[in-house]
Amino acid sequence: MSEPVLSIRNLTKRFGGLTAVNTVSLDINPGEVVALLGDNGAGKSTLIKCVSGVHLPDEGEIRFEGKPVSFPKPIDARSAGIETIYQDLALANNLDVPANIFLGREVKHRYLGGLINTLNDKLMLAESEQSLATLDIQFPSLTQPIESLSGGQRQAVAIARAIYWKARLMIMDEPTNNLGVPEQQKVLELIRRLRDQGVPVILITHTMPDVFAVADRIVVMHRGRKVTEKRTGETNATELVQYMVGALDDNREAAA
Amino acid sequence: MTDSKAIPAEPRLPPDKRFILLASRLWAWVFLGLMIVFFIIAVPLAGGATFLTLRNAMNILVAITPVLLLGLGQTFVIISAGIDLSVGWVMSLASVVSAHAIRASFNAGAPLLLAATLGFLAAVGASAGVGLVNGLIIAKLKVPAFIVTLGSSFIVRGMALLFSENTTVIGLPAEIRDYGNESLFYVVNGEGGGFYAFFRPDVTGAMLRQMDRIFTWPVVITAIVVLICMFILNRTQFGRHTYAIGGNMQAALRTGIPVDRHIVKLYMLSSVTAGIAGFLSTLRFTAGSAVIGDPLLLSSIAAVIIGGVSLFGGAGSIVGTVIGALIIAVLTTGLVMMNVQAFWQFIVVGAVVIIAVLIDQSRDLILGRRGRGS
Repeated sequence: MSEPVLSIRNLTKRFGGLTAVNTVSLDINPGEVVALLGDNGAGKSTLIKCVSGVHLPDEGEIRFEGKPVSFPKPIDARSAGIETIYQDLALANNLDVPANIFLGREVKHRYLGGLINTLNDKLMLAESEQSLATLDIQFPSLTQPIESLSGGQRQAVAIARAIYWKARLMIMDEPTNNLGVPEQQKVLELIRRLRDQGVPVILITHTMPDVFAVADRIVVMHRGRKVTEKRTGETNATELVQYMVGALDDNREAAA
Repeated sequence: MTDSKAIPAEPRLPPDKRFILLASRLWAWVFLGLMIVFFIIAVPLAGGATFLTLRNAMNILVAITPVLLLGLGQTFVIISAGIDLSVGWVMSLASVVSAHAIRASFNAGAPLLLAATLGFLAAVGASAGVGLVNGLIIAKLKVPAFIVTLGSSFIVRGMALLFSENTTVIGLPAEIRDYGNESLFYVVNGEGGGFYAFFRPDVTGAMLRQMDRIFTWPVVITAIVVLICMFILNRTQFGRHTYAIGGNMQAALRTGIPVDRHIVKLYMLSSVTAGIAGFLSTLRFTAGSAVIGDPLLLSSIAAVIIGGVSLFGGAGSIVGTVIGALIIAVLTTGLVMMNVQAFWQFIVVGAVVIIAVLIDQSRDLILGRRGRGS
């Protein structure tokens, strides 16, 4: 097996007296979709935020592409190639698709030796079209404010942005929440396409059908600890729910 | 499903809704046009002079310059979902400070143009300083813009009154008046008249009363500031980031936009356009006034809102603000010419502001938006 893209070793994060993440270890391999399951407060969001630079872990090590890393700020994780798509997608709904894909990294024409710079909207539009095309996404118009787009289309814009900026690990927080069933299918299809292009995906979700539809591996957390890790084919929804509520725990002895 | 790969689009709006949407976008233009037509007909009926004259049009332009300048910077600030309540008194402070600078440098022997330039720099410097402090407190200390600029407007008010000599700085060189009142072009009507550019024709007496000044220097300078603001807002990264911060602050932060620094620049820009307004009023009246700006603050915010800038941030344009300022000025001028008691202006302008917001909201309802942000 090739080297893992992301390797988390004995990571712990405390908030005051609360241990939100308790000595969790986890590997993500190239071209793999890993579902991170758990009830509210299980620690999955905190774990992810340690990887994406929102929180600094108290203990443990994160290795990305073989090198130990530390991300004091989210922008540091992003420039390393870890893109996180939160539920609010971090899109500006009043701007169009290219403006969102290039938000904060706009391409500019330079005049008078960089004294006056204007936006190169033409180039950004062309690049956006191309980026969406590689993901097989089609929109009626890219130059309308994206508030006129559906939830699934906006999710697709967020994914296209991550891909355009060469994400080498994608973290998605509840990507199918608040979407209609056909749109859920499209987003899952996009996740599969990401995997096929070799981009590993960590999928945070509550939705059991999503897990079995796209995940290769499943990690369940309960009260800050990783309670199990299974290949998708080796488990079923009933068993996973038992892990999620704490009735089953593979690591109970280890933690005690 | 025809194409399995296309993500389903929302159905297109039916034609009647599309029409309402278009109308709601263009209503300010239509309203301005209708208002002008109304006054062309109504002013003579009410016993006034002809409404649509060159002189009248130029007077309206002169009248809107201060309100418009205050509104230009405010447009940026409100698009970013902020507000700047200090611009009225910043204009006053700039007027006083520039009057001092002009007087002192002229008395020290500086030529007129240099004195005026120093006055301009003093106005811009003082206002930029206020904007810098506003912006730093808003961005770094996370105090709401409404509170910060409310507080600073009192502070600046005190400073403007302290620096002025009993509200008015006088004793400026009389020639400075020409910078504030002479114009790019002149038209002398009647016999022996003509069209002149740059230099005032040598006319006196009855002929002088026949002379119209076309685009006085403050109007020209304001027009240049309008063009610069349009360029910044529409064509540059600064403008794009202003919309992004107003549309979704979290998205702006997560995508690495330097939001704090941007906010500081926005409040500096807002102050500086107010400072230019103060400088121009000093030129126009050959005096610095500590009470010139305050009455204009709410008119300028009204112009911005009538022009379609959303107080929730994320939407609006410079052209809209220009139209908004024109609507207020045309209304005021027209009503005065109809010999309507001046207080009615306020009632009508207030109604237009509320109608403008109602139209904006109905547009959101038609589109089924539930507000901005996520």
